[in-house]
Amino acid sequence: MDGNPRPETDRRVDGRHRRIMVTQAGIRVSTSPGPARLLSHVVPSGGIATLRQHRQAYPHPHGADPDEVRTAAAASGLGGRGGAGFPIGRKLASVSELGGHIVVVNATEGEPASQKDRMLLTSVPHLVLDGAELAARAVSASQVVVCVDWTDRLAVAAVKAAIAERTARGEPEIQLALTPPRYVAGEESALVNFLNGGPSKPTASGRRPYERGVNGRPTLVNNAETLAQLTLAHRYGPEWFRSCGTPDEPGTRLFTITSGGGVATVVEAPVGVTGLDLLDAADAAGRVRSVLVGGYFGTWMRAADFGVAAFSRAGLAPYGAGPGAGIVIVLPHGNCVLAETARLLSWYAAESSGQCGPCVFGLPALAEVAAELARGTAGPAGVQQLLRWAADIDGRGACRHPDGAVRLLRSALAVAGDDLDAHVAGQPCPGAEAAPFIRAAS
Amino acid sequence: MSITSTAALHRQPTLQVDPIACEGHGVCAELFGEWIRLDDWGYPVIRKDAVPEDLLPHARWAVSNCPALALSLRKP
Ligand code: SF4
Ligand code: SF4
Repeated sequence: MDGNPRPETDRRVDGRHRRIMVTQAGIRVSTSPGPARLLSHVVPSGGIATLRQHRQAYPHPHGADPDEVRTAAAASGLGGRGGAGFPIGRKLASVSELGGHIVVVNATEGEPASQKDRMLLTSVPHLVLDGAELAARAVSASQVVVCVDWTDRLAVAAVKAAIAERTARGEPEIQLALTPPRYVAGEESALVNFLNGGPSKPTASGRRPYERGVNGRPTLVNNAETLAQLTLAHRYGPEWFRSCGTPDEPGTRLFTITSGGGVATVVEAPVGVTGLDLLDAADAAGRVRSVLVGGYFGTWMRAADFGVAAFSRAGLAPYGAGPGAGIVIVLPHGNCVLAETARLLSWYAAESSGQCGPCVFGLPALAEVAAELARGTAGPAGVQQLLRWAADIDGRGACRHPDGAVRLLRSALAVAGDDLDAHVAGQPCPGAEAAPFIRAAS
Repeated sequence: MSITSTAALHRQPTLQVDPIACEGHGVCAELFGEWIRLDDWGYPVIRKDAVPEDLLPHARWAVSNCPALALSLRKP
């Protein structure tokens, strides 16, 4: 785990020799199951990787050949790591054809249960910033702006320091934009709207930012991890990049696993890793009631299904789940899926940007009846009403925010099993009385 | 439905609402009940398939009478 990066074959860590460390920002990081690609750059003492260390292995991207960057991105098969999973190679190609203007690094980490982007910014910021500069070369953009949640003081300080280090070396300037801490603020169109001087709310223009974004010009918006991965793919080549993961979704990805006591651990593993290996890496494999895959914006899965499922788009699809931003919340026995879901639905209602009727009125309605169900007072009619509303609300906002609430609710009803029957019968499971497990939702 | 009318349907527009602009007046559901119903909060739930030829006048009527200019007919 020195700061000197090498292809992962040298650094495979045996799953049984779990190495857990804590970074300077207080984020727990586990290097099993490995390979540690991004994580091999995290300095074990917990300090931030300096630009001087970083430049020993990575020359500044201003010399990079745009064609070469686009080819490396496309041939590596790197997909977005922020949620949508869109291939970055295709994004770079479209924006470059339209004539890129600005590269936006989405490090807002709107998903409350995610820590990975925060970890990257506070430990290895130059991997992210170099990825953004590479992307800017590839689409001939003249500006790079990094968006960070302004309440995240450590991340803001780390990015400021990293930008100052670069400026002091005479490297091109990178801008920092501080964004408000609301979930939908991280949504692409909301971010672009905010950078254009508007409110950080999604827009219904139907135009994607890569066609018409900041200042009405083609804008590349990428998640922080995606850009850090791009730095590696460009430096070590597509063949190396594809040497782990699945053929359709190559490489590693970062996961944030929250388990007992609300402890979050960032884990790096190949796409396609089994759920059990992931939980094991974070020391979270015991006493699992259910697993919320994808975080607040995710889908509940039964513990048994999650354990054997391959964590990839294809592997999770049969369960109605998706990789999202790699977030896993492990609900222990003794907690209630329905009660957690009801609180999450209140969170969804509070996070609405307040623009679309079905979202503004539908989400609080869902939250209220879900809370009654959790208390055991909703009865069978309550469940029917929830399902009817879910069908009505699905797909009817200007952004996917309400769809996330609907998916969460449907999956909770599907995995609750016997507990659901008990709640419907007016005898809620004992976990309904337990202290909330999912924190920000309480 | 005959094959020709199915083919014709593919070129037909769909009716869409801009959920940010929509103010839930509900006028549309009154004017074009065949295609639009209101949800429990008074906002329009619109069929997603293409509006057939014979109903297009109703669709246009709803579009031009939406006080919020939130409805539109869009070609696929
Ligand atoms: S769906 Fe909800 S969160 Fe999305 S733009 Fe509309 S009101 Fe805002
Ligand atoms: S008439 Fe217009 S504003 Fe009123 S509910 Fe219909 S679409 Fe919305």
